[in-house]
Amino acid sequence: MLLVLGRRVANIVPTLAAVIAVIFLLFSVLPGSFISAMNEDGRTTMDPAVMDRMRKEMGLDDPLPQRFVKYLANTAIGDLGTSFRTKEPVTKLVGNRLWPSLKLVLAAMAVAIAIGVPLGFIAALKPGSAIDTISMVGAISGLSLSQFWLGLMLMYLFALKLQWLPSFGYGDGGLRYLILPALALGVGPMALLARTTRAAVLEVLNADFVRTARSKGMSESRVVEWHVLRNALVLVVTTIGLQFGSLMGAAVVVEKLFSWPGIGSLLVDSVFQRDIPTVQGCILLIVTFFLAINTLVDMAYVAIDPRIRYR
Amino acid sequence: MSDALLRVDALRIALASNRTTYNAVEEVSFEIGRGEAFGLVGESGCGKSITALALMGLLRQPLSLAGGRIVLDGEEIQDASPAEMRRLRGKRIAMIFQEPMTALNPLSPVGRQIAEMYVLHEGMGWTEAMDRAEEALRQVRVPSPERRIRDYPHQLSGGMRQRVMIAIALACSPELLVADEPTTALDVTVQAEIIDLMAELCAAKGTAILMISHDLGLVANMCRRVAVMYAGRIVEAQPAEAIFATPRHPYTRGLINSLPRLGERSRRGRQKLQEIAGTVPSIAGYPAGCRFNPRCPEATDVCLAVPPAATPLPADGLVRCHHHG
Amino acid sequence: MNGGLSLWIGGGLVAVALFAAAAAPLIAITDPVMGANLMNAELPPSLEFPFGTDAQGRDIYSRIVYGARVSLTVGIVSQICNSIIGVSLGLSAGYWGGWWDDLVSGLTNLMLAIPSLIFALAIMAILGPGLVSLLIALGLTNWSYSCRLARAQVLSLKSQGYVQAARILGYGDLRIMFTQLLPNILGPLIVIATLGMGGAILAEAALSFLGLGIRPPFPSWGSMLSEARDQITTAPWLSVFPGLAIFFTVLGLNLLGDGLRDILDPQSTTRRGA
Repeated sequence: MLLVLGRRVANIVPTLAAVIAVIFLLFSVLPGSFISAMNEDGRTTMDPAVMDRMRKEMGLDDPLPQRFVKYLANTAIGDLGTSFRTKEPVTKLVGNRLWPSLKLVLAAMAVAIAIGVPLGFIAALKPGSAIDTISMVGAISGLSLSQFWLGLMLMYLFALKLQWLPSFGYGDGGLRYLILPALALGVGPMALLARTTRAAVLEVLNADFVRTARSKGMSESRVVEWHVLRNALVLVVTTIGLQFGSLMGAAVVVEKLFSWPGIGSLLVDSVFQRDIPTVQGCILLIVTFFLAINTLVDMAYVAIDPRIRYR
Repeated sequence: MSDALLRVDALRIALASNRTTYNAVEEVSFEIGRGEAFGLVGESGCGKSITALALMGLLRQPLSLAGGRIVLDGEEIQDASPAEMRRLRGKRIAMIFQEPMTALNPLSPVGRQIAEMYVLHEGMGWTEAMDRAEEALRQVRVPSPERRIRDYPHQLSGGMRQRVMIAIALACSPELLVADEPTTALDVTVQAEIIDLMAELCAAKGTAILMISHDLGLVANMCRRVAVMYAGRIVEAQPAEAIFATPRHPYTRGLINSLPRLGERSRRGRQKLQEIAGTVPSIAGYPAGCRFNPRCPEATDVCLAVPPAATPLPADGLVRCHHHG
Repeated sequence: MNGGLSLWIGGGLVAVALFAAAAAPLIAITDPVMGANLMNAELPPSLEFPFGTDAQGRDIYSRIVYGARVSLTVGIVSQICNSIIGVSLGLSAGYWGGWWDDLVSGLTNLMLAIPSLIFALAIMAILGPGLVSLLIALGLTNWSYSCRLARAQVLSLKSQGYVQAARILGYGDLRIMFTQLLPNILGPLIVIATLGMGGAILAEAALSFLGLGIRPPFPSWGSMLSEARDQITTAPWLSVFPGLAIFFTVLGLNLLGDGLRDILDPQSTTRRGA
């Protein structure tokens, strides 16, 4: 188990390095540095001499390879630079936003798993039944919803009309504030999980070993409990891991909609403020989180499927 | 007659397709005595495997039992409820499948998969059942069973896995073992071991065998009586020695001619093995008259028009051919 | 759901969206941008304005009809880009192997490691808002599925000796790739692209909603929602209808993709991952 963990973590390092390179290059090579952008915005007018000094201070005049090595080295020791706007360390800015984001994403995924997986199971065990048809129509509809629009509608209905829940913000960090954004974010993965689970269970139900189980004289519920559940879970777990990627993308929009103080809204705000170190830091943190989740999923895999260990 | 363990009478299995329903198997009748080994032979697609599934009550859509009787020990089971069939399956009729790779659950230790039988049918707890599973593995001669019971299927070779399947099937000493191509997926060297093991254990437990295979030679060696199936029907049934000595159906003769024979190599030189020309017709395209007529070297006008009736042969045999003479 | 049924419903919904986009000038009531009339500001849906009007008195229905142009352009063009990139990389990587294959696999893993909306957002941040930026951002960030599909298919055909046979016949590499290998993956590729179009439309809406995509006053469903957000209490119809337009168009594409999969990809190599 530890060996596998070590191998997976070792696999992450080059990916992460490549991601850092891509983020760095994207924001360095392309024209329009943030200082000229600050000028173009018309929000600030600056003396060319001041601009030159700022460029020097920020090291923007150094040759690209030198800046890259510096950036990489700093990142490696956890220094993501200083925000252009607030002059605070990016690590601190991003760190403050980590917990709210994590809470939102995990809550959304929890909702998705808690509803999507059982629904897919029931649908697969009674294919063609009313509950199958309804949940699959619901699932494809859920996949077609844009999450922020769903959030907007939920906000209108439950916060503004019914006034059951707060319409936006983090509040005291309590559950009441979490419900609407988590629902808006969770419906997409819920729909996908319902579909994947259904497909996985149907696939397993057709497997030869399920026929063997039936030939042993097991009741259908025993067959499912003893032989189908675990095998279908292997396929479902993969989907859960992959879903975190698009979930974190969607979280950016949902956070912005609900003014949720997470990494996503920090990212969007920083993009508009041309605060490039913060933008880079946010993206890096999101990617790191996604890779960490996938490592966890791999570990879950090892726990469920004995074949993996010997590959 | 009444002492037969299993009597299958005019079995018909329907295959539902979009618009029509075909008879995948029809007019199939045979008997297996207690402790007897009975062989069912034919090319793939002739209906022998679904006949086996029908006996187990394991037919699934689009296949279904459409007629005939299945009598186990004097009791008709073709209309038994799912719950009644569950009590029979595993306990009184057990089955071994062709693919040892996929027939075992990859995520469950093999010991547990054997132990399930004792939990299901003998009401044991898991601890006791695992002890019995270890014993069962020893019986099928898996080396160091005390360690192997914790192994997963992918850690075992194909032959070992098929031994596990045999251990599962024979766990409750069933009256009938249905073995559907149990050695086809295995190496030739392992095949004989598995067959011997099966025969030996069944003899010890008094279990009858329905041996299903495309390999007439294998079946004839193991079984007292053999039935040959073609395109959903039994075309010939005879005692094993008789079917080799005096095959009455052209299809049986084709099967025999396609067998490699050690002694004859020198005489025939490098002559190629004879094969039966053509392929098994698909269910939708069964020819009129005798279903074997497109491939039959002896087909005449009557074969193209009239389906041959079953002609009784000595020793409860039958042949379904216009020219069986 | 039944494959034939989803094909028909999906095809119908997509046809409606395509028609709206193509015939926008003919079926719109007013000009989507210039048709402002403060006399008609924030009217709820009525016979005259079926989906109501916005704060500037512009007809929402007309803006939605024009918005279909943006959504479908983004969906179609970006998926064509993604398919071309994915297939070229996947085919060549599987075919040539070696360091090129390693490089492409590394690139694919990299793309999978960065959530595609985040990637697109970063590109939009650099390029600035606008349709062209959107096409670039969404056309470059979602090719990993078609790449993997193409690569896997080539490898399986290669192992069947298919490619070797073509080489013995004296076919050139490119000819083998495009005449022998590409046709084999066309079916699943179309399924991926159809489902990807829905994803791209959702991404466009999200980016425009954030103010990074199409900027107001130009009508895109996402930018309309971005404007409507502040008026959700006073004029909820402003939010409802553009959202429904997105929903039904994407639903149509998803149903169409599902239905096409049953026909074009019976073994289902295109299990949906995102």
